[in-house]
Amino acid sequence: MLELTDVSIQYGSFTAVEKISIHVGKGELVVLLGSNGAGKSSTFNTISGLQKPSYGTILLEERPIQGLGPDKIVRSGIVQCAEDRKLFPQMTVKENLVMGGYVHRRKRKQVNQSLQDVFELFPVLLEKKDQPAGSLSGGQQQMLAIGRALMAKPKLLLLDEPSIGLAPLIVEQMFEVIQKINKDGTTVLLAEQNAFAALKIADRGYVFESGSVVVEGTAEELLANDTVRKAYIGA
Amino acid sequence: MVSLLRNRGWLIGFIAAGVLFPFVLPNAYFLHILTLAFIWMIAVYGLNLLAGYTGYLSLAHAGFFAVGAYGLGLLTVKTGMNYWIALLLACVITSALGLVVGLVSLRTREHFFAIYTLCVGYIIYLIIDKWDSLTGGVRGLIGIPEPSNIGPISFQTPISQYYLIFAFLLLTILIMYRIVHSLTGRTFIAIRNSEDLARTLGISTMKNKLMVFVLTAFFAGLAGALYASFIRFIGPDIGYITIIFDLLTYLLVGGIGTLAGPIVGTFLIVALSQSLQFLQDYRMLIFGPLLTLLIIFYPRGIVGAYHDWRLKRKDAQRTRPQKEQEYFETEEETEKQVKEG
Repeated sequence: MLELTDVSIQYGSFTAVEKISIHVGKGELVVLLGSNGAGKSSTFNTISGLQKPSYGTILLEERPIQGLGPDKIVRSGIVQCAEDRKLFPQMTVKENLVMGGYVHRRKRKQVNQSLQDVFELFPVLLEKKDQPAGSLSGGQQQMLAIGRALMAKPKLLLLDEPSIGLAPLIVEQMFEVIQKINKDGTTVLLAEQNAFAALKIADRGYVFESGSVVVEGTAEELLANDTVRKAYIGA
Repeated sequence: MVSLLRNRGWLIGFIAAGVLFPFVLPNAYFLHILTLAFIWMIAVYGLNLLAGYTGYLSLAHAGFFAVGAYGLGLLTVKTGMNYWIALLLACVITSALGLVVGLVSLRTREHFFAIYTLCVGYIIYLIIDKWDSLTGGVRGLIGIPEPSNIGPISFQTPISQYYLIFAFLLLTILIMYRIVHSLTGRTFIAIRNSEDLARTLGISTMKNKLMVFVLTAFFAGLAGALYASFIRFIGPDIGYITIIFDLLTYLLVGGIGTLAGPIVGTFLIVALSQSLQFLQDYRMLIFGPLLTLLIIFYPRGIVGAYHDWRLKRKDAQRTRPQKEQEYFETEEETEKQVKEG
């Protein structure tokens, strides 16, 4: 479904990501592991079009998308749920969600249906639908950020560190929801530092280290891999 | 329109005050000042959409105001065109210029955008000032006609002009209300919040920003054209830098990014500067510190501060019943403990 071939990303003369190749099959849940600054977010921003790759090709369902504007990429089916659960703090929960369905704004019925689906997935958002998003707790804000991304009905959902800064119990819930979203038919590409939790729900994974992919494999392989265990799981 | 009036006491109050004012205070001088204030309000509403809701501080606004004014002035004086067609054309010309300027300037952001538009505004002023054969240069343009009759309604008396401009202002407010409370308005706010985030939601930011820029220019042009036909004499100084900073002051005092802000700010400053007339230019000694204090303590102006205060009160009301309940529960518990103990 998504195919990155030899993609490099540069900021001026600094190379953030060098010649990585990643593929994500339809219906898969793939995780990118790596510490801060390893290049996960740069990769995400490049897939979603905020950043242009300096080299390499990105194909979505066999069509090249590198160099397209972010709005066109959202329309073609890739939606990024940004790091730091960026919301529109003054808007209400519901208004935030409706903004997420921006590309489908002419299809009122579909937007309403998506809204129902998101409320079903995150009942707490229904309770707080008229409150300003800035008043939610960290976990609720993350749910809203994911819910807003789902409103665009993505074929491929990019989740950038959804567990960052959340309480362990909430993190567990978050991963359950991500698994459910994936089972319901959305392909998910997940960037995480929480390797153990992520690999438990993932099909496959890639390990990033200072801008390149050093290990790749199925979730079982990675969980058994010594370097991965030492670096990210601490066992 | 009905939904606009519900929950909007301030607007009903404003409309009533506006309609009744000439009867309550039949004073030609006040009427003149207030009509002028209405014209500034229309211009400030335009500026508010771009600077307040979208987060792009354009300093070319006075330039567009002047283009609207000169557009109407030249079309009516030099070609003898019908007033209403000239008014429409003046707005169209200003919008078209806005489109061209927007296409270039919106590629920059924040202070670069402000500096760029400041330059554009100054260039417009210079062109008006120096293009003697077309604009009359420093001598200005004299003899701009008042609005021509619509059927039996004529606009020759100050009161009829007052009501005409008041009607245009209400129309402006209605349009602003519709924009701000629609998805389009929230799209602008999303761009103000974070352009990157807006783009990851699939919003074409350039298209939306351009739309706002053109709309803003349109309202500046409308205000300028109304100004020209109200004062009936225009000089290049209406496009000068001081005008944009006046407009900006009105907006900041009233509340940037609020619907009532342009009315409150413009009215207050105009009234204040009229009543401090005797101080002449020393008025600025009062305005300067006042404005500084306001920006430090109430960055969203008077209306913004009022909104915050109401929100806090609402919050307090929402949490109070809960606290009382908790209090009762603990009381019950202690009662129980006392009984059991």
